[in-house]
Amino acid sequence: MPELLRPERPVGIVGYGAYVPRYRLPAKEIARIWTQGRGGLPIEEKAVPGLDEDTITISIEAARNALARAGIDAELLRAVWVGSESHPYAVKPSSTIVAEALGATPFTQAGDWEFACKAGTEAMVAAFGLIGSGMADYALAIGADTAQGRPGDALEYTAAAGGAAFIIGPAEESLAVLLGTLSYVTDTPDFWRRAQQPYPEHGMRFTGEPAYFQHIGSAARAFLEATNTTPQDYTYAIFHQPNAKFPQRIAKQLGFTPEQIAPGLVVPTVGNTYSGSAILGLTATLDVAKPGDRILVVSFGSGAGSDAMAFEVTDLIEERRALAPATQDYIRRRTEIDYATYVRWRGKLVLK
Amino acid sequence: MDISRHWRNRKQRYRLVGEVCPHCGAKLFPPRDVCPHCGMEAKTVETLVGTGTVYAFTTVRQAPSDFAEQSPYVVALISLDDGPMLTAQLTDLGDVEPYVGMRVEMVTRKLRNADDERGLIIYGYKFRPVLERALA
Ligand SMILES: [Zn+2]
Repeated sequence: MPELLRPERPVGIVGYGAYVPRYRLPAKEIARIWTQGRGGLPIEEKAVPGLDEDTITISIEAARNALARAGIDAELLRAVWVGSESHPYAVKPSSTIVAEALGATPFTQAGDWEFACKAGTEAMVAAFGLIGSGMADYALAIGADTAQGRPGDALEYTAAAGGAAFIIGPAEESLAVLLGTLSYVTDTPDFWRRAQQPYPEHGMRFTGEPAYFQHIGSAARAFLEATNTTPQDYTYAIFHQPNAKFPQRIAKQLGFTPEQIAPGLVVPTVGNTYSGSAILGLTATLDVAKPGDRILVVSFGSGAGSDAMAFEVTDLIEERRALAPATQDYIRRRTEIDYATYVRWRGKLVLK
Repeated sequence: MDISRHWRNRKQRYRLVGEVCPHCGAKLFPPRDVCPHCGMEAKTVETLVGTGTVYAFTTVRQAPSDFAEQSPYVVALISLDDGPMLTAQLTDLGDVEPYVGMRVEMVTRKLRNADDERGLIIYGYKFRPVLERALA
C-alpha cells in the first residue's frame, strides 16, 4: 500500500480565492450551430473570458482574493506558482507577471506548472512540501485556464475559463488543515496538444474508463486506504469536473452521496475550467463549509494523473470567508453571449 | 512599442502603486514625486485602494491597431476614493450601460496585444462595475 504524503510540519490553506469570467455561452447555443440542437448536452453553459482576459489576469484576481482572506502581505509569499495549459506565452513565465501584480516580487520563487487539468493541484502539493519542510511560511499555488476546444468538437461545449488560488501556510494559521495527499500517475494518452497547435486532440472513448475513472478512482481508493477513512468520514468531496456526468458517476462508484459533492459541483454553470476545475469546486465548498468539516479533493489531468488530498476546516473559516467574493458571487454575475460573439472573442476568426 | 517604458511603469500599471504626500496626506497617481496640493516633495510609495466612481466616459469605436482586438470599448475618467482622478478603460460591462456616478473597482487586464501576435502582451489596470457579493 502506498504511503501518504504528509509534511513534517503541519500545513494548510491560509487563504483561498476564486475567479470566473462574466460571460456565458449556453451549450444549447453551440448545439444550435453544430447539431441543429439535437443530442444531449454535457452542461448548461460555460464561462467565456472577456477580450482582455487570459490565464494571467484570471490568476491575478483569484490570487488577490486569496491574499485578502489570508490577511498577509504579498511580500511574505516565497513562491508564486501558476498551473495552466493556456499560459499566454510559450516562453516567458505567467508567474512573474502575476507575482509583480500582487506585489510579491522580487524575493520569491516563481514558476509555471503544466499537467493538463491537474497543474493547479500539482503546484499545491509542491507548496505543501515547501511550507511543510520549514523552508518558507507562505506559498501561492494557482490553477487557471482559458481552455479552447476545436469548433464543433465535443470539447467545445465544456472548455471554459476560470481559476482558483490557494495560499499554503502553517497549520496554526490555516482555515483548512491538510490531512495528507497522494497521487496516482501513469503514461496514458487520452488527450494532448502538440506545440503550436491551437486545439487539443483526444482519444474519444479512451478519455473515460482508462483515463478519468481509472486515475481518480485509484487515487481516491489509495488515499482512503492510506488514511484508514471511508467516504462517510468526509463532509464534502470534489472530483475533477470535465462535464456534469463524470464527477457524479465517480462519486457514486466510490460511495459518496450527491449531497457530499453538491456544493463543489460547479461544472453545470461554469464548464470545465481545466486547471481550475477541481479547485474551483474546492473554493465553492470552502465558501459553505463549517469548522470540523472534512473535504476530499481529487483532481485529474490528462496524460494522465490524479492528486488526492483532504483538509479539515478550522474555526478560522468563519472570520475569513467574507473577506473576498464567494465563488457563487462570480457564478451569479452572468451575461449570456451568442456563438458569433464567442467566435470573435476566442480568436477563431481569421482576419488576415 | 517602447518596452523600457512599459517595464518602468509596471508597478503603477499592474496595481496602482502611487505615492502619498508626507506633508498633507494627499495621494498621488501617477507618482510624480511633487505634491500637486501643497507643492512639497512626496516620494512615499503607497498602493491605492482601487475603488472609485465614474466621473465621465466615452466609447472608442476607432481604436489604434494594438487596441483593435478589444474595440469598441469604453474609456472613463474615474475619481478614485483615495483622491486622484485617472483615465482607464471600463471592462466587464456585459449588458450594463455605464453611467456617471457608477461605482467601479480596479482589475488587472490585458491592455493591448501586439497585432502581429509576436510582441509583448501589455497588462494594466482597468475598472469594472463593483462585483455584487452575497456576504460582506
Ligand atoms: Zn502635499
